[in-house]
Amino acid sequence: MRDPAVIRKLPDGQRVHMHDGPIDLIINACGTVQAIRAAHEAAARRFVSILDELCGELPLLRRRLTSASPEPSGPVARRMAAAVAPYCTHDFITPMAAVAGAVAEAILSEMTRAAELDRAYVNNGGDIALHLSRHQEYSLGMVERPDFPYLFGSVKISADSPVRGVATSGWRGRSFSLGIADAVTVLAAKAAAADAAATIIANAVDLPDHPAVLRVPANEIAPDSDLGAIPVTRDVGPLSVSDVELALQNGQQLAEKLLDRNLIHSASLCLRGRVRVVASSQNSHEFESAPRSLQHA
Amino acid sequence: MTEVFPPDTVRCDACPVLCYIKRGQAGACDRYANHDGQLVRVDPHILLDRAKSQGRPIVPFLERDSHWDGQLLAKRETFVTAIGAGTTYPDYKPAPFIVSSQVDGIDIVTVVTEGIFSYCGVKLKIDTDRHLGPERSLVRAQGEPVGHVTTAEYGSQMLSIGGVHHLTGGGKSEGRVTCQTLLDLCNGNEVALAVDDGAQITVAAGKPPIVNGQREERMRVGCGSATIGMFAKQWYGRVDEVVVVDDHITGVLSEHQAGKMLGVRETGIAIQGRRSTPGRYFQVALPGTGWGGTNISDPLTILKSFKPNLAWPGLRLLMVSTTGEQFAYYELDQALHPIEKELPDVLKDSVARVRENCEPALTTVLFMAGAGGSLRAGVTENPVRLTDSVKRSLTRVTAGGAPAYIWPGGGITFMVDVSQMPENAFGYVPTPAIVAPIEFTVKKCDYANLGGHMDSVRPIEEVVGENERQRQVAPSPANPWPLTPPTPGSHE
Repeated sequence: MRDPAVIRKLPDGQRVHMHDGPIDLIINACGTVQAIRAAHEAAARRFVSILDELCGELPLLRRRLTSASPEPSGPVARRMAAAVAPYCTHDFITPMAAVAGAVAEAILSEMTRAAELDRAYVNNGGDIALHLSRHQEYSLGMVERPDFPYLFGSVKISADSPVRGVATSGWRGRSFSLGIADAVTVLAAKAAAADAAATIIANAVDLPDHPAVLRVPANEIAPDSDLGAIPVTRDVGPLSVSDVELALQNGQQLAEKLLDRNLIHSASLCLRGRVRVVASSQNSHEFESAPRSLQHA
Repeated sequence: MTEVFPPDTVRCDACPVLCYIKRGQAGACDRYANHDGQLVRVDPHILLDRAKSQGRPIVPFLERDSHWDGQLLAKRETFVTAIGAGTTYPDYKPAPFIVSSQVDGIDIVTVVTEGIFSYCGVKLKIDTDRHLGPERSLVRAQGEPVGHVTTAEYGSQMLSIGGVHHLTGGGKSEGRVTCQTLLDLCNGNEVALAVDDGAQITVAAGKPPIVNGQREERMRVGCGSATIGMFAKQWYGRVDEVVVVDDHITGVLSEHQAGKMLGVRETGIAIQGRRSTPGRYFQVALPGTGWGGTNISDPLTILKSFKPNLAWPGLRLLMVSTTGEQFAYYELDQALHPIEKELPDVLKDSVARVRENCEPALTTVLFMAGAGGSLRAGVTENPVRLTDSVKRSLTRVTAGGAPAYIWPGGGITFMVDVSQMPENAFGYVPTPAIVAPIEFTVKKCDYANLGGHMDSVRPIEEVVGENERQRQVAPSPANPWPLTPPTPGSHE
């Protein structure tokens, strides 16, 4: 039986949680009371149909994107295809790699179209679309592991930066990863682009054929996975420091290429507590690492 | 295109994605899963549900109440545990759930949060007399130091596992393995540990320990000598001699102080091994899995010939192991050789009593942690007042609904028996640190007095059923009901 979409205020009275099937959004809008209400209403109106719209062309979205792929018809699906297109000649990638970011982007654009907001975000399970008007900024905490809220660093994004999308990918996340990164966080102009890039970079943080990495064909776990029989990471055992550095190096090389191609603004790669930041020199200050501390015991 | 999937795959129709979910896996949403071919909801927030009309729990832990419609709750008492509740870290201060309920006409507030504990560990009590390793020896998991052997207790060996120094003071790998070990022990999983210069053990909360591959079945009621002392009177007059065979100290009734005091006649028995004091013998055999933790299967092998000047034909001899699991009855023939006979009825009760007094050997796991200022700040704006309120027993502390013992002195350092908590109550963060549920229950008036977040208090009726992640479980029958209004001056 189809569960209805759920839209509710979180206990803080500010943020709104929207849930439908595998989509969970946390939405926050700042502005006048009227603007916030209008933005929330616009988001909700768009939200209730977005999953059905995507599922209508799910078989296409789950297939590898090539230059010969037909254009999807839905607006969110088009954002997805556009975001993964830069990778389709070299990598196996499906539009699903950008689904979370594309949904976040689509909802945010409805909100900003409906109301004049100071700032707003739509967080789709860690893939975040941002809106910032003049002089506004957002500070984002970064977590190594998606299942627990421990911050290992933070990111400050101000209105004069081109960044409006943030996405994180890692093998422990809800989506499968081909790599072993605990977390790859990417800042890009848009959320769908960040989502696709984070997926690609997290796949590259890897140690091919390393015995400590357990890989299982994706469709053995989820029969209808868009990755088919491609092996995905299910567990990572003990790694030596040099293993960790090598895997990070592999990811960093790819991230630098994406930076050169202007596909990303910056990226932070995290594995077993070691972090590499890839950014042009003027942007390298954006990521701040938080000292490990015991203060929250 | 038709795809064929294995027969135990279910197709979830909760949303239009229509995931095919294999047995043991969850769908794309992580909310629905295939449990033994059935589509079920997963990842719940645990609520304890006391069926008031029944007085006692009627469903086993974690059994799903699939027909629950939310309506029954008006007639039942529900306690919101912190399991799955989330933490106060990092973005907002009041605890995730501050819930008010009325119990017997009194307004009660329960502050529910998951604590992130760096200062935490477990104390393992392993019911065995086997030597696990010298005191202070390191205990290792996967080769990493995760704890040490601490002072032995009666019938049990004690290990201290975890603590802030292993979690965050050593190498990265040491911290990670320590965290994993703690998590496994707290969640009732089996853990393999190795003691430096000692034993290899496999332990899990509430299960018999396995020491060097041997499963421990029963705790001794005492050593062989102690057993003689305890049961001498029940044997006196019914049998002439009793030998309690034990790996540590083998006891002999006629020579033992207890036998002497009762006037038991000398029997001329002679025991292999090293005599300690009268009636007490060390090292009658090698350690093993035979009688009383020795390697013997025939108890007569520990006897030398009876002394002819003291023994007599017809002398009645009982040999029994310290756990009562093995026993044999003999009478001496004309040549003073013991001949096995059927155990007389008058002795059956005493053997059964030895066995009855040997409790099942278990591993027990007490989680111990300290609630720091930030956690307490989620409860009240003035953290020290919470400490004070807990010390004065105005505020009751529970962990997943299980009672916590509060260590005297400063701070809120508590201990809880993990086996009294719902399954999988613990999590972790990669700091590394352990995430454990903690609930503070206090009368509403007292909560206001200690500077509680009164604005965040919500009635239980609003919390229960507000989202589909919640799961009702029955409380452990061993636990007092956590919502009983706290009484000053008593810790349960």
